[in-house]
Amino acid sequence: MEGKKNPLSLQLNVDEIQDAFEPATAEEKESLVVMRESVGFFKDGLRRFRKNKIAMASLTVVVIIIILAFIVPAFYPYDYEEQMKGSERLGVMEYSKSELERMEAGEKVFPHFLGTDQNGRDYTIRVLMGARVSMTVGIIASALILLIGSVYGAVAGYFGGRTDMVMMRIVDILYTIPDVLIIILLAQVLKFPLQNLAQVPGFSWITALGPNMVSMFLVFALLYWVGMARIVRGQIMVLKQNEYVTAAKALGATNGRIIRKHLITNCIGTLIVTTTLQIPSSIFTESFLSFLGLGVQAPMPSLGSLASNALNGLQTFPEKLFAPAFMIFVIILSFNLLGDGLRDAFDPKMKR
Amino acid sequence: MAKYIVKRILMGILTAFVVATLTFFIMNLVPGGPFLAEKAVTPQAQAAMEAKYGLDKPLFQQYLTYMGGLLHGDLGVSLKKRGFTVADIIGNRFPVSARLGGIAVLVAVLIGVPLGSLSAFNRGKAADNIIIVFSTAGIAIPSFLTCTLLMYFLSVKMKLLPSLGLDTPASYIMPVIALSLYPASYITRLMRSSMLDVIGQDYMRTARAKGVPAYKAVFKHALRNAILPVVTYLGPLLAYLMTGSFIVEKIFTIPGLGQEFVSAIPSRDYPLIMGTTIFLACFIILMNVIVDIAYAFIDPRIKLK
Repeated sequence: MEGKKNPLSLQLNVDEIQDAFEPATAEEKESLVVMRESVGFFKDGLRRFRKNKIAMASLTVVVIIIILAFIVPAFYPYDYEEQMKGSERLGVMEYSKSELERMEAGEKVFPHFLGTDQNGRDYTIRVLMGARVSMTVGIIASALILLIGSVYGAVAGYFGGRTDMVMMRIVDILYTIPDVLIIILLAQVLKFPLQNLAQVPGFSWITALGPNMVSMFLVFALLYWVGMARIVRGQIMVLKQNEYVTAAKALGATNGRIIRKHLITNCIGTLIVTTTLQIPSSIFTESFLSFLGLGVQAPMPSLGSLASNALNGLQTFPEKLFAPAFMIFVIILSFNLLGDGLRDAFDPKMKR
Repeated sequence: MAKYIVKRILMGILTAFVVATLTFFIMNLVPGGPFLAEKAVTPQAQAAMEAKYGLDKPLFQQYLTYMGGLLHGDLGVSLKKRGFTVADIIGNRFPVSARLGGIAVLVAVLIGVPLGSLSAFNRGKAADNIIIVFSTAGIAIPSFLTCTLLMYFLSVKMKLLPSLGLDTPASYIMPVIALSLYPASYITRLMRSSMLDVIGQDYMRTARAKGVPAYKAVFKHALRNAILPVVTYLGPLLAYLMTGSFIVEKIFTIPGLGQEFVSAIPSRDYPLIMGTTIFLACFIILMNVIVDIAYAFIDPRIKLK
């Protein structure tokens, strides 16, 4: 509304003082000294993370295991399914008769570092493949948990009120359900339907992954996101009080946009840390199921099933147990320490 | 307070109901039935068997019948172990698991709480570092590995302890260690961090300043406050021990409920699966409710809503 300004008004007369604002000259700009480059959230966290020796060491171990599990098998002279006749049940660094003959003849034979199993399969590659399976399950399951848990928690926390009430009661119920009972049941039950589904065109990827692995992912996706949802909800409840959320609302941002752009991005530290700590616990559950014979199925090895198979020959071949056992231990330990380090670096408030 | 307890119990009952329903329908989704595996069963005989156990009725009807029985405390009869009711089997097997689990909880708390406090009071010193290393390693070993490694070293190699069963007191040693290693390490870490928190509080300084002797300050002021997170952990811990027992009972061939459950699944003994699941679930839920309520009594600052 154009009009004359009320003479009694205390409002500044903008037209008059407009000239007072001039762009800074080049000299003036130079005189502004940048004492230190501004440090963003990630830079700050990374700096703290690099200083943490234990965390850096565990990161190195994780990288080494990833290389061993995902890259080395491609170059390894033996295949995890390859059954070599005549070289069954070899001990550490032993060779079978035919291999010795070939060595006599001047041929080079790649050693079986950990021997072979009862079907004549090289055990080293089986342990490496087992590590790959366990890591894959751990990482994919954690990604699923991250996806479901953060969306669910964010929606519940953001809308609050009755929505939150109903959604969190569902979480409470899922939380008190004894998970392993249901997991064992589901793992057993989903096997056949998934095998049938794999025959349907368009679902052949199930065979590639193995129906058991898919059922394990389903189980994780169904039950394990509740912890993540609780944590995210708690964070969102605090974050949504911030002025920038009000500002975004005032500017007409949709709820979805506020959750995506403002809220989720602001609890990214928690998300990273919780996901990293979820990986070892998923691997824990996977190896537990495989040990009971309900997890990944033959011929695909998993660290749990390798350990379980090794029990029969424990007297003569203890190293068949030690190798996968050590692998599980190192994987879980290094992910735990990595998660702790990330938490200290990115989420100092959560430090315990 | 009373309102909270009632609410918490109602919640528990609802959860138990959800578990029962879930288990029932999940189990019946599987193709095949309990009598398919048996050899030389004529179709007539199979139909007769199914009729006898009510398996020929529509699924929803079976569900209603089962839930009706459940409300009267009737868990049905085992399909595979002829002549045993599910309640009998649970009654026989559960005490074994409960005794083992109970000892393991006790051991875990008795080791974890003192070690964690010790570690916190000696922060940064050698004792602290050693305890941290061991407790960090302890939570990275799945229970089946503890079991197998213990069995290999203690009974196969050194022949110190019996490897199977639960006949002598000595045979409890390995299963208890295997079950309590993880929770003991976890409690140690929990206790250390909460104790560090408490030591830094003003009331600790006040207590020392006004001349309270050190041991009294530790036991009366520090320990009481620092132990709270451990109490909350006891609920999940019991659940963990129930699940850990599947493995431990399988490896050491202990005739407990966990082993029964794991072996009932492949043989499709529906009533037994249902019965053990519901029983274990109710037990875990009940323990969680008790722990939640106990927490409110221990920490009067917590206002229950």
